[in-house]
Amino acid sequence: MKVGILYSRIRRDEKLLLGELRERDHEIEKIDVRKQQFSLSAPPDSFEDVDILVDRCLATSRSLYTTQFAEAYGIPVVNSAETAAVCANKVKNSLALQKAGVPTPATEVAFTKSAALDIVEEFGYPCVLKPVIGSWGRLMAKLDSRSAAEAIFEHKETLGHYEHKVFYIQEFVEKPDRDIRVLAVDGEPIAAMVRSSEHWLTNAAKGAETDTFELDDEAKELVADASEAVGGGLLGVDLMETAGSQSDPDSSGQDARETGYTVHEVNHNVEFKALNDATDIDVPARVVDWLEGKVEAAQ
Amino acid sequence: MADETITAEDPITGEEIEIPADVEVGEIIDSPITGAELEVLSVDPVELEEAPELEEDWGE
Repeated sequence: MKVGILYSRIRRDEKLLLGELRERDHEIEKIDVRKQQFSLSAPPDSFEDVDILVDRCLATSRSLYTTQFAEAYGIPVVNSAETAAVCANKVKNSLALQKAGVPTPATEVAFTKSAALDIVEEFGYPCVLKPVIGSWGRLMAKLDSRSAAEAIFEHKETLGHYEHKVFYIQEFVEKPDRDIRVLAVDGEPIAAMVRSSEHWLTNAAKGAETDTFELDDEAKELVADASEAVGGGLLGVDLMETAGSQSDPDSSGQDARETGYTVHEVNHNVEFKALNDATDIDVPARVVDWLEGKVEAAQ
Repeated sequence: MADETITAEDPITGEEIEIPADVEVGEIIDSPITGAELEVLSVDPVELEEAPELEEDWGE
């Protein structure tokens, strides 16, 4: 098959993927999106004859637009534009999980400092403020007091661009110093790991320690449901272990199941190098298996 | 292969540096001299340039 890799930066993740594709003698078109021009009617030359495009754009904005163009040209792309749109935005992500009945931390959104302060006072301290668009744990704030919340909201309102004036506030989930990252293809887990840190942020990008994790049936079911909720694809599903968050039906009155987990995020442009290192599973091989299956099914 | 190196010119200092022989176009490597991130523009011959700054919407 001919695979087009949409990229602007080759991370170790892309290098692993390229290595596996080459090992299987697949034809590869590396497509640097910074050099492309997208017309409304015809695909760029670099898209010619590709069986599937794999969106590995590091910049969310580029990912959102290139996947839309690919679909407009009728070229299969993973992940889909819909998946990218839902996963790239935490509000859309949370709404999709909630709609699908997947347990997710209690979350509220406000557009002004005073309304945001009302939310944090209702949640109590600590609670968490997240940027609507963002990754790697950047610009996340654990709000420990009203004075801290006032200061952060004022900074965001004054200094941030308009996306920062959307205050996305979430309950603080008391997790056991770790969260769980599951890499899944169309809801089927490839591998899972725990990311542990004494810091409240447990992103691998923030230096958390990683270790392999065996998923139980409940977690597997949540991963499948979370994947379906955002439109499927190659995804990183993030879960926290909880003894019962505010998202369970008893406490929120919402249509979510009571489980030992809560799904806080689904990532569409998932990095997997840390997972590949943490587990015995050949992650890029499994990803390429999935791509081959996709292309075969489309033919 | 992974341990083999080739030489290239550091775009910031102009000095010769050793980089992994299996670099890809588009890959980011750290300059062993300045620690700055360098982007591989081409591999034959190897041409490097200072990598773009991290942007807010970058991530996974």
